[in-house]
Amino acid sequence: MGVEQKLGNMGVVTLKLEQVVNWARTNAMWPMLFGLACCAIEMMSAQAANYDMSRFGMELMRASPRQSDLMIVAGRVSRKMAPVLRRLYDQMPDPKWVIAMGDCASCGGVFNNYAIVQGVDEVVPVDVYVAGCPPRPEALIHGIITLHEKVRGETIKEWA
Amino acid sequence: MFEKTEVTLDELRHLISDRAVEGDTVLLNMGPQHPSTHGVLRLLLELDGEVVINCIPDIGFLHTGIEKNMEAKTYEKADVMTDRLDYLNTVGNNLVYCMAVEKLVELDVPLRAQAIRVILTELQRIASHLVWLGTHALDLAAMSVFLYCFREREMILDILEMCGGQRMMATYFRPGGLWRDVPVEFEDAVRHFLKAFPARIDEYDALLTKNPLFLERTRKIGVLSREDAIRWGVTGPIQRASGVAHDLRKAQPYSGYEQYDFIVPVQTDGDTYARYLVRMEEMRQSLRIVQQALDKLPYGPVRSNNRKFVPPPRSELGTSMEALIHHFKLWTEGFNAPKGGVYVAVESPRGELGVYLEGNGGPNPHRVYWRTPSFVNLQILPILSKGHLVADLVALIGTVDIVLGDVDR
Amino acid sequence: MNEQLQNAAQALKEKFGTEMVEFRGDVTLIVSSEKIVEVCRTLRDEFGFELLAAQTAVDYWPELEPRFHVIYQLYSLAHSVRIGLQVPLQGNAPSVATIESIYPNANWHEREIWDMFGIRFDGHSDLRRILMPYDWEGHPLRKDYPLGYEEVQFTFNYDEIDRRKPYAKE
Repeated sequence: MGVEQKLGNMGVVTLKLEQVVNWARTNAMWPMLFGLACCAIEMMSAQAANYDMSRFGMELMRASPRQSDLMIVAGRVSRKMAPVLRRLYDQMPDPKWVIAMGDCASCGGVFNNYAIVQGVDEVVPVDVYVAGCPPRPEALIHGIITLHEKVRGETIKEWA
Repeated sequence: MFEKTEVTLDELRHLISDRAVEGDTVLLNMGPQHPSTHGVLRLLLELDGEVVINCIPDIGFLHTGIEKNMEAKTYEKADVMTDRLDYLNTVGNNLVYCMAVEKLVELDVPLRAQAIRVILTELQRIASHLVWLGTHALDLAAMSVFLYCFREREMILDILEMCGGQRMMATYFRPGGLWRDVPVEFEDAVRHFLKAFPARIDEYDALLTKNPLFLERTRKIGVLSREDAIRWGVTGPIQRASGVAHDLRKAQPYSGYEQYDFIVPVQTDGDTYARYLVRMEEMRQSLRIVQQALDKLPYGPVRSNNRKFVPPPRSELGTSMEALIHHFKLWTEGFNAPKGGVYVAVESPRGELGVYLEGNGGPNPHRVYWRTPSFVNLQILPILSKGHLVADLVALIGTVDIVLGDVDR
Repeated sequence: MNEQLQNAAQALKEKFGTEMVEFRGDVTLIVSSEKIVEVCRTLRDEFGFELLAAQTAVDYWPELEPRFHVIYQLYSLAHSVRIGLQVPLQGNAPSVATIESIYPNANWHEREIWDMFGIRFDGHSDLRRILMPYDWEGHPLRKDYPLGYEEVQFTFNYDEIDRRKPYAKE
């Protein structure tokens, strides 16, 4: 309805380039399956029927890093896993975003010891941190919506 | 800090057959990040075409150092870390740790607390089996079962949230009983669940049990004989599907299990389909136990009164001096446990979950060792997968039902 | 105490000279490290303890005599009884014989004890690290190994810690 009114007689809509590109990026952001520990179960619950994430464009989770834009680091990252995480992040094509889901990914969580990386931002640059142990599916969805708002506000200067 | 850490072929040479070195067979890495490995499990496969000759699991990608971390905290505060081991059976981990502490310091647990512990443990068993069924079916390309199972799981998580405040890691069981009594809505919620769930299990049965595609992918896949099951120390549904009729709830009952009437399902084939049948029947039996426990639920306190080990309720702090002193002492320093080691084991959804707890006279545990079922059960994966195709490997990982938090601790 | 446990403890005391300790209803036999394989074989073949339920170690640093105890938990399916075995070991780099030939699932248990404590198992088919990364130095669960605690970032030391923490750039 609204688009037809704007089209008028000419059949043309004028927008800023940034708005179009950001709109396209947010509405079909595909997450990469990176569930490590307990937060992965809450991520699966968020994907399941009760707190559906497909409403936000994340219909499926791609296992391959080459085909995904968003990496949700869900769970604790141990020192043995950290090089693997960095390698997968490097394999993702631009533009890419990272959500650190849960306390262990944000800051090391309950585990302040030799085996856990204290915050996944020591390994990859993070865009949104979602707190909770594990965060409720609604909290994860709030984190995703926050990321969408951040992406909508990006300008040409910040693009890769 | 994050350079490549690799193992060269020389160090693994004794595990790989000679054909790989000649180039006859392929060495494939089913890496830590994979949609079907249920977590961060790395498998090194030696393949002859599509047939698996050998499968070498490489674990440790989720090692959290929980055992060492628990040595640095007091007994009650270490309870928080126990939820995060086998994160699908959070209540069960709490239960075994609290039972170990209670055995070490000889603390009593009131009957009402024992009955509620049984109800929540059995509900957690159903929730864990639902996740197993959902992900197992998802790997075998039955996606609707995944969505149905998670819908049921939401009902159980609502009950847990009502009692403990959190859906998964509630730390509801404390040494001496429970953290607080169950709210008024608990009984109605559990009865509603008991009424609705049997129809749902019948739904999964109708979808999978006689389904020719499912049968084709699970019959005769991953056969484990009875002798192998005992020799390799596997416990739980895998052991029962290979013909060993053993369940710790019947053999060494704890927390009041001897009062409840239930059967232990056993199958003799030892293949993936048998393990599926055993777990489905276990879900039905868990419902029976919850029904009986709820009907017989006694009234009374939910935590022990022994103020040397259990902090007093906050309402007493304003009126009683001893209560204030006990509260202060227990929350800052903690209680002391004697020297000596105890081993306590319960039946978790995956097998025998045990804790070896050793005290040293001080407020921190000297050693907490978790005998986790997934660590021991994962050792049979190379035996199960010999001679099968790579596609069957996915079904086998699902049927062994590992949780990587359990394996790596 | 259980009949079968009593018989087993008595017979083993006569044959191998093991001591018995009872604590909170659990029976533990203290076995010396040379005799552990024979004791396990006897328990499995004559007394029916076919399942190795658990195998771990405890560190008693700074006491060096003994510094480690290796703990075994055996279970008998037919009689539903447990028995524990304890092997005291001295020194900083001890070793004990493997029981992998008797109970195959000791394979990973012993690898984990080697990884976490540094106790060697003679005769083990594949002794390498299992939980820590391949090139890790040190044995984490020993008492003289630090926890690796990172200083908590409060408001008063926020900037100092921020400067020291290795954040990832693009």
